[in-house]
Amino acid sequence: MVSTNPFSALFGRSPFQPLLAHIVKTSECASQLLPFFDAALGGDWDEAKKHREAITRLEHEADELKTQLRLNLPNTMFLPVSRSDLLELISVQDKIANKARDITGIMMGRNMIIPETLAEPMRDYLRTAVDTVEQARKALEELEDLLESGFGRNVSDVMHELIKELHDLEHQADEQQIDIRRRLFQLESELPPVDVIFLYKIIEWIGELSDRAERVGSRLQILTAR
Amino acid sequence: MSIIAQYGDVFIILACVFGFFMAWGVGANDVANAMGTSVGSKAITIKQAIIIAVIFEFLGAWLAGGQVTETIRKGIIDPALLENDPQMLVYGMLASLLAAGSWLMIASFKGWPVSTTHSIVGAIVGFAVAGLGVQSVNWGSVGTIALSWITSPLIAGVFSFMLFRSVQVLIFDNPDPFAAAKRYVPGYIFLVGFIVSMVTLVKGLSHVGLQLTFGESLLLAVAFGVIIMMFGLLLENRINRGDRRARSNYDFSSVERIFGVLMMFTACAMAFAHGSNDVANAVGPLAAVISVVENSGSVTGSATMPWWVLVLGGGGIVVGLVTYGHKVIATVGTGITELTPSRGFAATLSAASTVVLASGTGLPISTTHTLVGAVLGVGLARGMAALNLRVLGSIVLSWLITLPAGALLSIAFFFMFKGMFG
Repeated sequence: MVSTNPFSALFGRSPFQPLLAHIVKTSECASQLLPFFDAALGGDWDEAKKHREAITRLEHEADELKTQLRLNLPNTMFLPVSRSDLLELISVQDKIANKARDITGIMMGRNMIIPETLAEPMRDYLRTAVDTVEQARKALEELEDLLESGFGRNVSDVMHELIKELHDLEHQADEQQIDIRRRLFQLESELPPVDVIFLYKIIEWIGELSDRAERVGSRLQILTAR
Repeated sequence: MSIIAQYGDVFIILACVFGFFMAWGVGANDVANAMGTSVGSKAITIKQAIIIAVIFEFLGAWLAGGQVTETIRKGIIDPALLENDPQMLVYGMLASLLAAGSWLMIASFKGWPVSTTHSIVGAIVGFAVAGLGVQSVNWGSVGTIALSWITSPLIAGVFSFMLFRSVQVLIFDNPDPFAAAKRYVPGYIFLVGFIVSMVTLVKGLSHVGLQLTFGESLLLAVAFGVIIMMFGLLLENRINRGDRRARSNYDFSSVERIFGVLMMFTACAMAFAHGSNDVANAVGPLAAVISVVENSGSVTGSATMPWWVLVLGGGGIVVGLVTYGHKVIATVGTGITELTPSRGFAATLSAASTVVLASGTGLPISTTHTLVGAVLGVGLARGMAALNLRVLGSIVLSWLITLPAGALLSIAFFFMFKGMFG
C-alpha cells in the first residue's frame, strides 16, 4: 500500500554520489597501469600479474557502481540534468576502465617486449594518458559544488577551465602518439612483424584512454549546460 | 419538544469531545509533515521543533484559524434547507467528526495515506448527499475547495521556484557566497515575518477583537518583519566563516549554516500556517453544532463563534503533538536528509505563505501536498539532486482513497446518530 507519508517517496537517491565514486575508481584503475608497465618493461611478469589483478578488480568494482547507478535511476526520477545524458556519461566513464584492463590483457598474454628505444617515450605517453584520466576525475569532482550552488555560474566556470585543460592534455597525448608511431615505423623492419602489429595496437589503445577521458569531459559539459 | 432543546447540551459535549479527539489526531499525525522538512535539514533539533510547533500551531489556530473554520461550519452545506430539521445538521457534523477522526486513526495505524482536510470535507459532503439530499450541498463552494487542492501545490511550487532562483542569483552566483549570504539572508528573514503577519492581519483578527485598516496592517506587518529581522541578525553574527575545505574553492557549508538561522523562522511560520488551516478540520463541525444549538434550532443564525472553540482546537493539537506527535516528527524528520537549509527555506516559506493565504481566504487545503509542490518547485530550479515523480501518483491515489472513506464512514455514523436521537 502507498505509505502515509509522501515525503518518503519524494526524495530519490542522488545519482551524483555513485557517479563520482565511479570516476574515482576508474582513475585509480588507470593509474595502476603505470606500475604495471614498469614491471612489464623490466620483464618482471609476476609483478606485472599482481598489478593486472588489481586493475581487473578495480574495473569490476567500477562495473558494480555503474550497475547500482543504473538500477536507482527509474524513468520517474526528476533530475536537475537530463537522465539520458547522465547514463551516457557513466557509459563513457566505464569504457576507460575497460580499455585499461584490455591493455594489460594483451601485454600479459603476449609477454610483450617493448624495444629499448621506445621504452622511455612509451612511458611518458602512458603517463600523459593517465594524467588525462586524472583530469577528468578532477572535473567531475566539481559536480559537488555545482550541485550545491544550484548550477551557479561561478562553479560552472571553474569546471569549464578544468575541461579545457583536459582537452590540452588529450592533444598532448595525440602528439606523443604520432611521435611514437614514427619511431616504431623506423624500427619495424627489424622486429617480428606480428609483435609490431600488436605494438601498434597497444599504442592505439593507450591513445583511446585519453580520448575517452576527453569524451567524459565533453559529456560533462553537455550534462551541466542547459 | 424539539430535539435540539432536549439534547442540546449532550450534542455540544459530544461535539467538543469529538472535536478534541480530531484535533488530537491532527497534532499527532499531521504536524509531523509540516515540521519534518525543517528537522530533516538539520536546521533545528527535534526538541526545538516540538517547542516551535507547540507555540506556533496554537497561535496559528487561535489567531488565524477563523476563516477556514467558518467555511467548514457553514460554507459547504446550504443551511437554509435545514430550517425544519436542524438536528440533522448536528447529527451530520457529529458524524463527520467521528468519521474523520476514526479514519485518521485507522489509516495512521495501517500506514495508509491520510489528509485530515480531505477526510473532513469528504465526510461532510458524504453525509449531506446521503442524508439530506444532493441539493443541500453548496457545490460551488465545494468546487472551489477541490480546485484549491490542485492550485495550492502549484502556487507553492511557483513561489519556491522564484525564491530559490533568487537565492541562486543573489548568493550562490556571488564570488563570495558567505558574505552575500550574510547580507541577503536578513532580507529573507524580514520576508518571512512580513508575509505571515501581513496575511494574518489583513484577513482579519476580528474574532480577537482587532479591526485594522489595510494601511495599519501594512505598517504593523513591516514593523513585525523588521523586529524579526533584527533578532535574526543577532543570531547570524554568531556564525563565522568556516575553514575552507582543502579541495573546494567555496565555503558552501558556512552558507548553509546561515540559512539554518533563516530556517528557524520559516519553521515557526510553517507551524503557524499549519495550525491556522488544519484547526478548522477539528473545530469547524464543532462550531456548526454550537451555532445550531445556541440559536435554538435556527441554522441560519449568524452568531459569532465563541472564543473558546479555536482555543479548544489549538489545545487539542498541542496535546496530540506532545503525547504522540513528537515521535512521528522524529521519524519523518530523520527520513528527509536531502533538504539542505537553502532548499528547505525556499520550500518551507513558499508552502507556509500559500497555506496562510489559503487560511485567510477560508480555503481548507492539505499542508502536506502544498509542501510537496513547493519541493518540486525547488527541483525545477535545479536545486534538488533527485526527486521521484511517483509521489504525484501517490497523492492522486490518496484523494481517491480518503474522500470516499471519509464519506462512507460519515454516512454510517449519521444514520447511527439519527437512529439514536431521532
